[in-house]
Amino acid sequence: MNISILSKHVVLKGGTVLDPIAVTEEKGDILIEDSKIKNVGKVTVPKSAQVVDCKGLIITHGFCDLHVHFREPGREDKETLESGSMAALAGGFTRVCVMPNTEPPLDSPESIRYTVDRAEECPIHIHPIGAITKGQEGKELTEMGAMLTEGAVAFSDDGLPVTDSGMMRNALEYATMFDIPVINHAEDLCLKQNGVMHEGKISTHLGLPASPDITESNMVHRDLELTELTGARLHVPHVSSAKSADHIRKMKKNSDRVTAEVTPHHLFFTDEDLVSFDTNLKVAPPIRTKSDRKALIKAVKNGTFDCIATDHAPHTIEEKEGTFDLSPFGMIGLESCFGAVNHVMVKKSKMDRVKLIRMLTVNPRRIMGFDQDLFSKGAEAELTIFNPEESWIFRKNDIQSRSSNSPYVGQSLTGRVKYTIVKGHITDLF
Amino acid sequence: MKHKHLLGMKNYPAEDIQTIIDTAFSFREVLERPIKKVPSLQGKTIVNLFFENSTRTRISFELAQKRLSADTVNFSASSSSLQKGETFKDTAQNIEAMKIDAVVMRHPTPGAPLHLTQHINAIVINAGDGTHEHPTQAILDMTSLHERFGRVDGLKIGIIGDISHSRVALSNIFGLKTMGAEVTLCGPATLIPPYAEDLGVEVNYNVDEVIEWADAINVLRIQRERMGGGFLPSVREYRNLFGITTERLALHKKEIVIMHPGPMNRGVEIDSSVADSDQAIILDQVLNGVASRMAILYLLLGGKQEEGNN
Repeated sequence: MNISILSKHVVLKGGTVLDPIAVTEEKGDILIEDSKIKNVGKVTVPKSAQVVDCKGLIITHGFCDLHVHFREPGREDKETLESGSMAALAGGFTRVCVMPNTEPPLDSPESIRYTVDRAEECPIHIHPIGAITKGQEGKELTEMGAMLTEGAVAFSDDGLPVTDSGMMRNALEYATMFDIPVINHAEDLCLKQNGVMHEGKISTHLGLPASPDITESNMVHRDLELTELTGARLHVPHVSSAKSADHIRKMKKNSDRVTAEVTPHHLFFTDEDLVSFDTNLKVAPPIRTKSDRKALIKAVKNGTFDCIATDHAPHTIEEKEGTFDLSPFGMIGLESCFGAVNHVMVKKSKMDRVKLIRMLTVNPRRIMGFDQDLFSKGAEAELTIFNPEESWIFRKNDIQSRSSNSPYVGQSLTGRVKYTIVKGHITDLF
Repeated sequence: MKHKHLLGMKNYPAEDIQTIIDTAFSFREVLERPIKKVPSLQGKTIVNLFFENSTRTRISFELAQKRLSADTVNFSASSSSLQKGETFKDTAQNIEAMKIDAVVMRHPTPGAPLHLTQHINAIVINAGDGTHEHPTQAILDMTSLHERFGRVDGLKIGIIGDISHSRVALSNIFGLKTMGAEVTLCGPATLIPPYAEDLGVEVNYNVDEVIEWADAINVLRIQRERMGGGFLPSVREYRNLFGITTERLALHKKEIVIMHPGPMNRGVEIDSSVADSDQAIILDQVLNGVASRMAILYLLLGGKQEEGNN
């Protein structure tokens, strides 16, 4: 991976331009001038221009992930905003939203300001999501108004569900004043108990404590009903079960206040992969059954899910090398994301590629209120260039994160990011 | 033997289980001699790595090792460097570095023995991993059934008690199914694992029906901490519904075989009078435990055939 400064003029030449807003894929070039979009389609190449050969490649908007954990401040041994940015660039992501479960959590205007300032120095765009409650304790609301002023883009106690329904109602009601999404990690902790995987045939064979799908779907259902009651905007993160997807699909028929995301790993793996006791597959909510996976794929296709989000969650080797019960929940996912979802959705499930790309570009930007029209003249060049067909094996040295807890190592993926352009730099992934 | 390690009964080949049972019987004969020691594993070093308290399993393994003339070292978590923050991997690799041939491990986490095989080259024998498996217990139980009935194939076995939290139950189910026995689980619905039918067993909440049906029942320990919590209302309720009492057995004409992996809660899951009766083969299980573990160690550590049989 090599990062270099964009020349005054850069031409992306000979590729196919995938416009996720116009929903088109056409041969065309892109001219970038002073790191801004000058022209898309037919371009005249200035004399001194740096030419990037895009033959056989697709050029589209930079990917946007609205759910990552970069661990700064507090656990810089796992990831920093800087190292997380490198992982993002390797995965074609130009913009991410970081979850507030840092140490201390991002639960004050000051901590939001800190993250925004630190993000300035990073090679991608990073937006903080603020905590819903102080200390993520589920008891007192944070100063949402001031945090928004400082740069927060949404609110979540991610990692920790807002268990108290009354508190969740208050949070949603309060957030209606600002019209920003509230994101709740949906797992009923009373039902979850000490569960470390999905409760099903596999958990029974493995003897591992497990929690059933309704651990998630009950709380998703509660949150959907509270959204209806309050008129707030709800974004449902990392949906893992057929039942949750079904609740969301039904609610979306009558409401435009609800959005939802699915992770690559819930689309790629099933609980049967846990027979290896691979701690990298220990995630919350857990990876579920074949039929859940099938339902999630269907829900991607029928629009129940608005976007793909990685839930990139770095943990140290030391932690993940421990035994299954003690190992923390989470896997990294930025570097492998496109190859994984393109493999599952486009190659295996015959989904239209442009629709999938929308879930990595315009849709997450719409949810978070970011500028979506990245091909318009004068917009900052925030682009991802990928080979849609390349089949490759994900290796440890494809990881740029400071952590390496990825179950994708050794897996065959389809489609590979080649260049990422953002903030005046081009990252070369050849 | 098809597998280098003994991690569990799931997918363990029937012919290898049979070989272990047959070998266990020849070691039973050794244990009846005045001098109960053979030189089969002379020069082999085995570490008993116990990350969880155990008395009978550890003693059983240790005796089996000593009867086979192996050198043994015991390690238990309370006396270990784990308390000083050393990782599981470091502990394993340190022990490996001291040139040992096999590790017998008890660990509270399912899958820990499999993890161990990824860190070291020595043979790994699972002496219980959390609520997952306890394969040597299953083998000694099958050896005991074989001793009593001359076969395991076609036997009807009831497993009574806390199935959900029992590695003994899971290993017994896998092993018994492989060897052609029928298995019915019986216990409070809160302590029967979900999807139990996927294990190829029946579930019946009526203990009298199970006793009527079975050739033998394996009575599991009910841990006191399950009582009065979310799983079970009281000892009294458990005894009424599932306790193996003299009165209950008297209702049935057929005399079935009673097994218990120990340690027993006399007066809870089993009456003293039942445990001490001729129907019970609980102490035979203990003796077969030593013989079965001798057989397992001998077969996995490659003792010479003529030495084992003399």
